[in-house]
This record gives sequence, structure tokens and C-alpha cells, in this order.
Amino acid sequence: MYDIIVIGAGVSGCAAARELSRYQADICVVDKEEDVCCGTSKANSAIVHAGYDAAEGSLMAKLNVEGNLMMEQLSRDLDFSFRRNGSLVLCMREEDRPNLEALYERGVKNGVKDLRILTKEEVKEMEPNVTDDMVGALYAPTGGIVCPFGLTIALAENAAMNGVEFKFNTEVENIVKTDEGFELTTSQGVLKAKYVVNAAGVHADRFHNMMSAEKIHITPRRGDYCLLDKTAGNLVDKTIFTLPGKFGKGILVTPTVHGNLLLGPTAIDIDDPEGTNTTREGLDEVIGKAQNSVNNIPMRQVITSFAGLRAHEDQHEFVIKELEDCKGFIDCAGIESPGLSSSPAIGKMVADILKEKAGLKEKNDFIATRKGIVDPKELSKEEYSKLIKENPAYGNIICRCETISEGEILDAIHRPLGAKSLDGVKRRTRAGMGRCQAGFCSPRTMEILARELKMDMGDITKSGGDSKIIVGIDKDKL
Amino acid sequence: MRSYDIVIIGGGPAGLAAAAAAKKSGIDSILILERDKELGGILNQCIHNGFGLHTFKEELTGPEYARRFINEVEELKIEYYLNTMVIDISHEKVVTAMNREEGLFEIQAKAVILAMGCRERARGALNIPGYRPSGIFSAGTAQRLVNMEGYMPGRKVVILGSGDIGLIMARRMTLEGAQVQVVAELMPYSGGLKRNIVQCLDDFGIPLKLSHTVVDIRGKYRVEGITIAEVDSHGKPVPGTEEDYDCDTLLLSCGLIPENELSRGMGVDIEPVTSGPSVNESLETNIDGVFACGNVLHVHDLVDYVSEEATTAGQNAAKYVQGSLAKSSGKVIKLAPTGGVRYTVPKTIDVDRMADELTVRFRVGNVYKNCFISVYFDDEQVVHRKRPVMAPGEMEDVKFKKEKLASYPDLKTITIKIEEA
Repeated sequence: MYDIIVIGAGVSGCAAARELSRYQADICVVDKEEDVCCGTSKANSAIVHAGYDAAEGSLMAKLNVEGNLMMEQLSRDLDFSFRRNGSLVLCMREEDRPNLEALYERGVKNGVKDLRILTKEEVKEMEPNVTDDMVGALYAPTGGIVCPFGLTIALAENAAMNGVEFKFNTEVENIVKTDEGFELTTSQGVLKAKYVVNAAGVHADRFHNMMSAEKIHITPRRGDYCLLDKTAGNLVDKTIFTLPGKFGKGILVTPTVHGNLLLGPTAIDIDDPEGTNTTREGLDEVIGKAQNSVNNIPMRQVITSFAGLRAHEDQHEFVIKELEDCKGFIDCAGIESPGLSSSPAIGKMVADILKEKAGLKEKNDFIATRKGIVDPKELSKEEYSKLIKENPAYGNIICRCETISEGEILDAIHRPLGAKSLDGVKRRTRAGMGRCQAGFCSPRTMEILARELKMDMGDITKSGGDSKIIVGIDKDKL
Repeated sequence: MRSYDIVIIGGGPAGLAAAAAAKKSGIDSILILERDKELGGILNQCIHNGFGLHTFKEELTGPEYARRFINEVEELKIEYYLNTMVIDISHEKVVTAMNREEGLFEIQAKAVILAMGCRERARGALNIPGYRPSGIFSAGTAQRLVNMEGYMPGRKVVILGSGDIGLIMARRMTLEGAQVQVVAELMPYSGGLKRNIVQCLDDFGIPLKLSHTVVDIRGKYRVEGITIAEVDSHGKPVPGTEEDYDCDTLLLSCGLIPENELSRGMGVDIEPVTSGPSVNESLETNIDGVFACGNVLHVHDLVDYVSEEATTAGQNAAKYVQGSLAKSSGKVIKLAPTGGVRYTVPKTIDVDRMADELTVRFRVGNVYKNCFISVYFDDEQVVHRKRPVMAPGEMEDVKFKKEKLASYPDLKTITIKIEEA
């Protein structure tokens, strides 16, 4: 019997687990995938929104602004990539100016600091590649960009360091309320807990509705993205939005913390909560609309495209509370944009609810910081050389495009909640995330995974489950 | 800081031939830097035959072809480092590299030869929609898995792109027991050599569908199916022409991209058409003493031509170090590719600096039957050579004699174009 089971190892579940790991409690995070950060958290805009978008007085607005404020310290404590690059919301037509001003007003009321409305000239000076077809912009210097894998993995690792157990490949099939708490039937057997946190992303409505008479409905809202090579990463410095339309924030153009350029997302409501396929129409929309806000986007430099699903709750609001009609079951649902931005505050809110309900006591040995994988490229030449002398694996480059060494990959495999698949290595180290998209390094990374995890090459997967890379040996079916 | 007369970046066919040529031209201080664990580059995974027909007048496999050059480099006692990654080259020709044994180190070169080769265009660059499961490989990755590691990347295969590696892998996968269902090619012509279409597809009954592309990839974890469709003259899929294939693997052979990140970093000018450095008659880039050859310069069809080109680069680098490469008088003839000729390598010719004969290589942008390669010295036609077939997948060349060029002292532009009969 666990004290708390968190369903879902995305950024919300991991943030909740990390905050809860401050307290004396037996905590387990379960996820149906093989790793953390495999759902909505892995495929999104990687933006830390300033907080002017969400409706005044909403929980979204509150947690967004709080999360944004917390992100910087958290990035230092947990050693993940975050940059406060600022954001611009372009106003394309004079008649839309009232909407821009309304956005400014809303931002001020939401508590967003240092907002300014810029003239066209000021915008051009700040971002020369922004389109001339705009009349001004809202500038939010507090906007930022983050590595969503880095953030989620850092939260999870720190939670694990503080005693949280993670069970992967564990799909929750049913939940029953019992006298002691809850019984969860999973693909790996029955798990029991006094409290349950429902952070299941696009699946959160299913678990909520199992337990409550007051139904909620979550729509998977698909967003297609294109990612461009680092040679295009300097086209803009700030995150470039256009004034919101009916479906979210339109097509944004932003640098990533690693120096790529990201375009997206679309907003297509679908039925399938696993429907992460891109479509021709979606990619065409991204490519077409992105060019409305930024000039000279080198579309030949696209290195990959992907789609993610937002967990859109019908009321477009975060649902973070204990169920009225099922005590002990805490929803953390409807976490769509600005969910990533809000995640530090979401984690704290969930932990605060449980602290009170369960009377949790703080640990005196909580470890508040975590060191990420050393990025040798950030070291001086002398330090880099010294690192290789101490551990020659850092001198063995596996991924040419991103210059990722065997040393970094070994660290990714052997640290808490280590990588078990090519995607696991990729999200932790960026090996395979460059311009050749793992063409050169995947066979070498597979070898390292097989050797270190004592697995057969045939069992190495791209992303767990049935995603094996090779299907046999030469001539075995002849 | 250690220093060498010539540092060669890459120990594949281009780097090896350049090194041998430089050594034979009298340079002793040469270093090859190779990132892989052995010399030979991509030839090591090309275990099919057909290499060396021009150079050695016999058919060799890729590793055999490479071995001849590796042996020569060994016999000439040319130094090389393996497992060594070059991470930066400065404009002043300071090469920063790293390996397990020495950590990070710098080398001062008098001349640099860029011979880094190319990489395959990945799925993302093609904007193919669908899921992102396992089972999608570039043809070269699959080739490495099958030929060097002994693993099967899949059983039921669809191939997109008819580049040579894709064609070769269609045959290879078939011979290893896989079922290759179709090769789809976006363009109305193949990007590969004619002989490969015949020997790798036709001989095995594998259909080649021109003007087709992949419009959907199914399967969340592993490829479960692919949809291909016909495309119109703008490359857009035509609705209603979709065909579904049950398969577990998609191989991509959709073009090669010269790997010029290091070149760009040191300030070398890159040609948009080739994605390779802009070079003069000496295969020298805009930076004095920095030469380029092989697939990093432009993607070749046959390795024989890589070796030839690299030999020239090696000889010129040697002359540069020895001070015998004439300084440019500033009088430069421009090469103007037009009328179906996509580019030329080199871009310019300085007659004072050129060897007795110069080979200008180029590719055409379409399939031409019974057409002529025409060369104009300014307005005067000097070559009008009939070619039964020219195709984008095969390189063409014209040769120029120094003597002849010298007899046109006022020549400004050499135009190369394809002309109808």
C-alpha cells in the first residue's frame, strides 16, 4: 500500500511527485510508457509563457504567472535548460489593436511584470526578421523557453533521488475506491494507495469519470510542428506569436533553448488520445502561417516534424482539486498550454492539497538540487580535456551532428530513471536530435545500450513497447 | 601546438587519395583525421561490387577499393588518427580535434583539405506526414546495419527515393530475405545510376514508381503501413491515387547533403546548388590554402571520380605548401552553367594556375536524350558533343587544355549548356 500513487509521468505528474517527495510518504508514479515525458510533455512549444493569455481570475492565469516566476530558480536547482528570451505578440492589423491592448490589460491584471506595447519600429529594431505586415506588438520580457524533456526528466530524477518509486510500462486499467483508499488494476498487477493523483494528460477524463458522478471531458487537440536546423536558430531571438485566434495562439516562431528554430502548432481536435501523427494539411498550415509573422524562414532547413496532443478540457481550465464525491482522489487534469509553464506551480498546488488532506510531514533529508548530465561543450577547453583524461568516454563522439560523446550517453543510461531506449537517450542527451536525425549514431547508440543494459541488440527499442529497431539477423528467414 | 603541412579532414576515399597525392608530390608532413574506427569511410559498408572500373579497370567491392588506397597510405607512411572528431577549424587553419587518448587538442596546418563527405537527407527534411515509429531508416543506416553489423532492419520494405543507396539496398534487403514491395520516387526520373536500376530493381522484379511519394506512415511503435500516392508536376500528391502497403519498414534514399558545418564555421563560401564549397580550378576555396574534394564538395556518382578529384586537390595543396602554386593574377574565367546544367565544379578558372588539363564536372537537371553538351568561350561555340542519354543521377564532365585556354587571352566566361539536336 502506497500513500500516494500518481498516474502519469509527464511534467505535471513529475512536478507533483517532486514536490510530494519533500514529505514523509511512500509515493509511486505509474506510466503506461517506458519512460517519463512520453505524452503531451514531449511534444509541445517548449515555451514558458509570461501569463497574459489566460482569463483573468482563472487558475490557469494564477499558476502560469507563479510557474513562470518559479522556473528560473528551479532551472538552477535542478540543472535544466531555461532562457528568459522574452516574447512578442504581433498585431497584424490596425483594427485588431484593441485586442492587443486588451491582452496587455489582461496581462497586467494577471500580474505579468514589465509588459509593454511596442510600435512597429521598436519591434523591427528588436527583431529585424519579423514581418513588415504588422502594426505593433505586445512585448513580455518575462516570457521564456525551456527544454521540456530536461524539465520533466529533472523533476522525475529529483523525485526518484528523494525516494519516489517509478513504475513504467504500467497502464492503469481500472480504479476502485476501497475502505483504505484505492485499488488500481494495472497491466502489471494491482496497486494500492491511500491517495491518487490523476495526472494522466489526455487520458485524465477517463480516470476522473471512473470515480466521479460529475463528468469532465478532455479533447485531444493535436498540434503539428516543424523543427529547423541550428543554422536557422538565430532568425529570431524572442518567441514570436500573433494575436490569438479562435484556436489558441496561432503559429509561433521561436528559438529553442538548444538553438534550433521551432514552428507550430496547429490546433486540430481529434478523438484518438494516441493520435500523434502529423498530416500533410497540418504541416502545410505550419509552414504557410509561420511565414506570415517572420520573413525568410529557411524551410529547406527543416530537420524533423512532429505532433503533440494538448489535453483540452471543455471549460479550458486546469482542474486541480480533490473530487467532492470521491475523497482522496486528486485531479490534475485539463493541463494544456500554459501547462508546461505552470508545472512548477501545479506540482506545488497538488502537494499542498495532499499535505493538508494527508497531514504530510516534511522530511529533514530532502535533496533539493540535482545535477544534470554534464554538457562538455559548456566547459572550457582545459576543463573539457581534463574530463576526457578522467573519463575517456567523453572523448568518443557518438552523435556527430550534436557532438554528443559516449560519456554523456553512459551517464544518461546509468543515472536514476536512466534511458532504456534510443528516444530515452535522445531526450536526455540530444544524441540523434540533430540534422541527420540519428542516421549515423543510432547503430552506435544501440550498441552502447545493449552493452550497458546487458540486452540483446534485437531487444533495443526506439521508444519501448513494440518499437524494436531490428527484427532479426541477416538471412534468418531465407 | 603540433603542426603539419597538410591536415586532411576525413579518411574516406577523398581524404585517402588526397593524402597519397600530396605525399607523392613531395610533402612529408601530412595528417589525416578520421572520426570512425577505421579508414575508408562509407566504402566500408558498400560491400556490393562495381567500384573501380575507371580507376583500376576491374570491379571491386567498396572495402576492396578502399583497401587499395589505405594500403597506399600505409606504404607511404602517412600519419592518421582514428576515432578522432574535428570540432572546429579556425580561419587561420588551427584544427581543434578530440579523441579518447588525447582529449581536446589543436593542430596548426599550413594547408587544409576538406574531405568530410556527406550525409543522407532525413525524413524530417522531406516533411513526410504520419506517425514516427521505429522502422524508418535512411538507406545508408540500413546498409550499415545489414552489411557491417549483420542485423535485419525489417522484413517488408517500402523504399522512398531512387538514389543509388536506396537501389542498392532494395537488392541487398531482397538477398537477405526481406520482401521489397516498391520503390517510390518523387521525381519523374530516378536519382540513381541506370545500371543500378537494372541490376537492383529490374532483375528482382521490384517496381519503381516514378512521380510518387509517401503520404502517410502508420503505426505508433513500429511501422505498420505506408501510403504512397502519385504527385503532380509540382510534386503535390494527387487525391485518389493513394495506394496502401502493409510493411514494417520504410527506407529513405532521398538525396545526400555535403557535411559542411566545419567549412561554414571557418568561413568557407558555400554554393547553394551543391551545398558544397565554392572552389576555383585548384579546388581551393575562398580561403587560401583550404581545398575541398569528394562528396563534401559535391555529391558524386562514382567513387572513381572522387579519387581523381581528390588527387588533384592533394597535388594542389602540396604545391600551395611548397609555394609553387602560382599566385592568382586576378584574371579569372567564370564558368556559367545554364540551359539544364545545374552547376559546375570548379566555379572559376585561372589559366596561370591550372594544370595542363582541367576536368570540369557537372550534373544536369533533367533527363536528356540525344542532346548535346555545348561549351561556349564567350560567344564562340568550342564544344558540341552528342550524348545519347544524360540524367540527373549521373555526373558529366568536359575537359579543358591549358594550351587552348591560353590562346583566348580575353576570355571572360565559359558557358556550359545542354542543347537539343
